[in-house]
Amino acid sequence: MRIQLQVALTHLTGRTRQTFVSLTGVILGVAFFLAVSSLMRGSEKDFIKRLIDNSPHITVYDEYRLPRTQPAELRWAGGAIRISNVKPQTETRGIRGYREKLEFVESMPGLKVAPVLVGSAVLVFAGREESVTLSGVVPDKMKTVSTLEEKMIEGSIDALAANPNGIVIGTGLAQKFNLGLGRNVNVVAANGASRPMKVVGIFRTGNANYDETQTFTLLKRAQVMFDRPNRVNRLIIQLDDPYEARDAAQRIEAVAGYKSVSWIEASEDILSVLIVRNIIMYSVVSAILIVASFGIYNTLSTIVMEKTRDIAILKSIGFHARDVRLIFLLEGVIIGVVGSVFGLVLGAGLMKLLSTIEFRPPGITEKVQMPIWWGPEQFAIATAFALVSCILAAYLPARRAGRVHPVEILRGAA
Amino acid sequence: MTAVLRAEHLGRTLAGEVPVTLVEDINLDIERGEFVCIMGPSGSGKSSLLYLLGLLDVPTSGRVWLDGEDTSAYGENELANRRLEKLGFVFQFHFLLAEFSVLDNVTLPMRRLGKHGDAAIRSRGMELLARLGVAEQSAKHPHQLSGGQRQRVAIARALANDPLVVLADEPTGNLDSVSSATVRQILHDLAHQMGKTVVAVTHDAEFASAADRRIGLVDGKINADWRPA
Ligand SMILES: Nc1ncnc2c1ncn2[C@@H]1O[C@H](COP(=O)(O)OP(=O)(O)OP(=O)(O)O)[C@@H](O)[C@H]1O
Ligand SMILES: [Mg+2]
Repeated sequence: MRIQLQVALTHLTGRTRQTFVSLTGVILGVAFFLAVSSLMRGSEKDFIKRLIDNSPHITVYDEYRLPRTQPAELRWAGGAIRISNVKPQTETRGIRGYREKLEFVESMPGLKVAPVLVGSAVLVFAGREESVTLSGVVPDKMKTVSTLEEKMIEGSIDALAANPNGIVIGTGLAQKFNLGLGRNVNVVAANGASRPMKVVGIFRTGNANYDETQTFTLLKRAQVMFDRPNRVNRLIIQLDDPYEARDAAQRIEAVAGYKSVSWIEASEDILSVLIVRNIIMYSVVSAILIVASFGIYNTLSTIVMEKTRDIAILKSIGFHARDVRLIFLLEGVIIGVVGSVFGLVLGAGLMKLLSTIEFRPPGITEKVQMPIWWGPEQFAIATAFALVSCILAAYLPARRAGRVHPVEILRGAA
Repeated sequence: MTAVLRAEHLGRTLAGEVPVTLVEDINLDIERGEFVCIMGPSGSGKSSLLYLLGLLDVPTSGRVWLDGEDTSAYGENELANRRLEKLGFVFQFHFLLAEFSVLDNVTLPMRRLGKHGDAAIRSRGMELLARLGVAEQSAKHPHQLSGGQRQRVAIARALANDPLVVLADEPTGNLDSVSSATVRQILHDLAHQMGKTVVAVTHDAEFASAADRRIGLVDGKINADWRPA
């Protein structure tokens, strides 16, 4: 191995310029691979983080996914039975026995849960009407499962506990009605029940639609307004590890029977777009390394051609075809390793540079930094890809070198 | 004495539209410690025969015995191993690796064989160079040497793994008369003092006169009546 390595090194150092060009190709390839993929993955993580933070990890609805198994099907299992017009039952009155279900979910490790009663209502103030979604919440529990508390700009969710007639609204709604903290509005439920409520908190999430249509009040108050005493129609669950959501949702649905939707399921379409985006990104950055590997192929082919005499000498001395192949594969590996090392350094430099760039996305007031993901996988993938393409590029020249027949070369030279 | 190198009805034909016969029906027994010269007109197949005897080329008929072993069943790697361990080659053109120092060139076969440690390999390399009178050149590169010096380095390399047989193809073909005489003396001593078997192809009658035996080759066949012009 050491003698082969020495021969490989003399070949590379003997052609400084070509070796340098091949190396530059790998260095740039690795660096761009890193910079672009860290930016893409960074923005993806950023996006998913927003997705995870701004929506419940799991929502349990007061609905069923499938209609109940019909008695006829139980009686004649496997029989040719068709019953039409069977629909999943809807619980008009909310989740049945929600306290036991809540207790069961609370007993699961690594999650927090809050009961919510969601309904629609109409806000009436100074002659204007606006239909909104009114959620009845338990402030202490709600705070643990949502980031709403962090989004409060005036007042707080806790104020709801102190004031049973309190309501928390978004900035959009507040601006529309020109409402401020402490003002009273009339809230009218679907059944006509009307009640004056006092604004005790204003939040801003940045999502205009959410800020205009979502309102929160105490669970007890909502139960009275919607005439559903002791019922809720949602359980909102927050997990310590959001990526457990799919499994956890399945477990909950299996026990509770109600439809439990994880954020992964709810945003499947968006997540699949991200996968497509990743595929496109990786093919583009890989193309750079593939181009670089053509450079290596070219260099090594030239070396093989120039050094056929040396190869014939080595083989006549007793080197095997395998030894000769190893020499040229090593040359590819050396270019790959050295190129990767410098490429990683350059790439990390580019990432550092990119992460200092600040910009202001449209519609958002504060400046945002480029989301760069410094995950070690990126470095590993870039290196692995560079090495694989270098070895592949070296493979054909190496095979050709291994096949050199010393006698043919000796005859030609004599 | 047993034959260290033996050719049995050895023949080599190049396939093609018009097949070319390089050598035909060669029968030879070469003893240990013998210094043999192969002579003959240009194009008579001397080099071709040497490649066959040196296990560099594979015969199309007949077989070569080396050190009591029939080599005809051996694959490429086994032949390479025999070349590494039992044979040494010296070519008309020195065929040294240009980017390697003289010492590195000489130690190359030993390092491939890997039987000794680095220090032992170096000291044996230096010893060989000293024996051939080129020890002072050890750090130089081949292009910094004269033709005669290069040929001596090539001989040192051929001896690196202490081979049974040294095969030389016109080793003095490119040398002046003084260098020729040195190389001739070295090969002569190899056979007669160190007990190596030496098979050399030559056009040089003076060179051939130092050999124990001269084999004439004409049109790819051994011809006992052939005499140099
Ligand atoms: N690749 C080849 N294709 C066709 N004919 C070949 C080939 N190689 C060698 N020959 C022929 O084979 C014959 C033997 O060649 P070889 O090199 O063994 O002769 P030689 O005795 O060594 O000659 P010289 O003294 O000039 O070195 C020659 O007639 C040559 O023309
Ligand atoms: Mg010849």
